[in-house]
Amino acid sequence: MWIVSAFSIALTLIIASDLIMKSAPILTTQAAIELLTTSVWNPPRGEFGLYPFIVGTFVVTGLTLLLACPVCILTAVYLAEYAPRRVRGIVKPAVDVLAGIPSVIFGLWGVLFVVPLIRTYAALLLGIDITGYSVLAGAVVLAIMVSPILISISEEVIRAVPLQLREASVALGATNWQTTKHVVLRKSLPGVFAAVVLAFGRAFGETMAVLMVVGNVPQVPHSILDPAYPIPALIANEYGEMLSIPYYESALLFSALILLVVISVFNIIARIILGKLEVRSF
Amino acid sequence: MKRRELEERVARFLMLLSALLVLGSLFALLAIVVVKGVSALSISMITQTPAGGYYFGKGGGILNAIIGSIYLAGGATVLAFLISLPTALYLNEYAANSRIANAVRLCLDVLWGIPSIVYGAFAFTIMLYLSARASLLWGIITVTLFVFPIMTRAMDEAVKIVPQRLKEGAFALGSTRLETATRVVVRQAMPGILTAILLGFGRGIGDAASVLFTAGYTDSIPRSLFEPVATLPLAVFFQLTSPVPQVQQRAYASAIILLVLVLLASLASRISTRKLFRYVVS
Repeated sequence: MWIVSAFSIALTLIIASDLIMKSAPILTTQAAIELLTTSVWNPPRGEFGLYPFIVGTFVVTGLTLLLACPVCILTAVYLAEYAPRRVRGIVKPAVDVLAGIPSVIFGLWGVLFVVPLIRTYAALLLGIDITGYSVLAGAVVLAIMVSPILISISEEVIRAVPLQLREASVALGATNWQTTKHVVLRKSLPGVFAAVVLAFGRAFGETMAVLMVVGNVPQVPHSILDPAYPIPALIANEYGEMLSIPYYESALLFSALILLVVISVFNIIARIILGKLEVRSF
Repeated sequence: MKRRELEERVARFLMLLSALLVLGSLFALLAIVVVKGVSALSISMITQTPAGGYYFGKGGGILNAIIGSIYLAGGATVLAFLISLPTALYLNEYAANSRIANAVRLCLDVLWGIPSIVYGAFAFTIMLYLSARASLLWGIITVTLFVFPIMTRAMDEAVKIVPQRLKEGAFALGSTRLETATRVVVRQAMPGILTAILLGFGRGIGDAASVLFTAGYTDSIPRSLFEPVATLPLAVFFQLTSPVPQVQQRAYASAIILLVLVLLASLASRISTRKLFRYVVS
C-alpha cells in the first residue's frame, strides 16, 4: 500500500519534470519572458509567441467566472439558506447530473445553440457580421460547465457556518437576507473564494468544449465577440502532428507546463483554504 | 423597515432566478442535444461499425466507438481502482495524518487539477520516448492517470468517515490492521467506494482530450490491446467537423448515446449505493 500511495507523489514529480525537460530546448534559444510576451505564432519560421494564447486563456476564463460566479453563488445561498427540502431535492441531483456530462456534449451544445445565438444577436443588435465562434461563446459554455463545482462547494461551505451565528443575528432583529449577507456570507467568504479558485482551474484547463466554440484564431482578442485561441485548444489542435519542425514540440509542451503551473498554484491555494475550514471537498 | 423588506424580496427573487437559470441551462442542454440527434438515431447506429462511405453519409453505425469507449473506460476504471483503494486505505488506516499522508494528499490535489489535455500530452511524450503507437493500451494508461486522482479523492472521503468505534471493535477481536481495513472499513465504506468507481467510469468515458493523441481512432472494434481504438467523445467531435449534413446529424445522435451511457453510470451509482447501505452499520 505504501508503494501504491507513493505512486501519486512519483507521478506528480514525473509529469512536472517531463514537461520541464521537454520545454528546456526552446528555453535555451529564447528567454521564457520573450516567449510569453511576443505575439507572432509561426512555427515553421521558428516564431513561437505564446502571448495571444495566454491572453486568450485568461480572457475566456475571466469572462467565464464573471458570468458564473453571481448566478452560482446565489444558487448556492438559495440551496443552503432558503430552499425548501423539496426544491433542494430537485436542484441538487440536477447539479450532479450537470457535473457528469462530458465536455464534448457541452461543446456540441455550444455549436448548436450558443454560437448561432451570438451570431444572430450580433447581427440584430450590433449590425455586425460574425461567425459567433468567440470568447463569449466559450465563456457561456464554460460557465455552465463550472457551475456544478462552484455551486456544490459554495453550498457546502455556507452550510458549515454554525447555526448559532444565524440565530444570534436573527435574534437581533435582522431579516433573513441581512443575516445571510452580513453573517453567513462574511463567514463563508474564504470558502466561497476557494470554490471560485477551483472553478478557475477547471475553466483554465478545459479543452474540448472550448476548442469547439471559441474560434481558434491565434490573435489577441479585443472584444468578447472576437475569436480566441486558449492554450488547451492550441495543444489539442497542434500537438502530435508536426513534430518535424524544430522546437515546435518543445514550445507546445512549454505551454502545457504553463497550464500545469498556473492550475497547480491555484488549486493548492484553494485546498489550503478549504483544509483550514475543514470542509469536505472534491 | 420598508427598505429591508424590499431588499429581502429582491434577494429572494434573484436567488430563485439563479437557481432556475441553472436548472434551465441543464434542461436546454439536454433538450437541444436530444431534439437535434433523435432523428438520426437508429438501431444500426448502435449495432454496426462504420460501413464503406459512412463518413459521406452512407450506412453503418458507431458500434466501434461505443465498444471502444467501454473497453477504454472499463480498463481504466479497473486500473485506477487498483491504485485508488490501496491509497485511500493507506491514507486513513495506516498513515493517518502523517507527513507522508499529507504529501500524498497534496500530490493528489495537484493531479486532480491537471487538465486532461496535459495528461494526453504527457503520455504522448512517453509514447514517443518508447516509440509506441496510439493504441487501446496507451489510451487506458492515459485515462487511468487522469481518473485515479478523482477516484482516490472520492474514496478517501468515503473511507475517512468510517466510525472509529467499528475499527476499535475489530481490533479488540484481534484483527490485524489489514484485516480491519479490508473486512470492516471497506465494507462500511462500500457505498462511497462504489460511487467513486462509477464517478471514475463516467469521467473516463466522457473525456476526449486525454485520448486525442494516445488512443488513435479506427473504424473497427479493437481485438487486442495494441490496436488503436475509437471513442464516443471523439466520434462526436470528428463527425461534427464533417461538411456532410447526415454525418453531422450522426454526431448529435452519437452525443445522445454518450449521454445515455454517462447517465446510466450515474443512475447505477445511485441505485447500487442505496442497496449497499443495507450492509452498513449506522
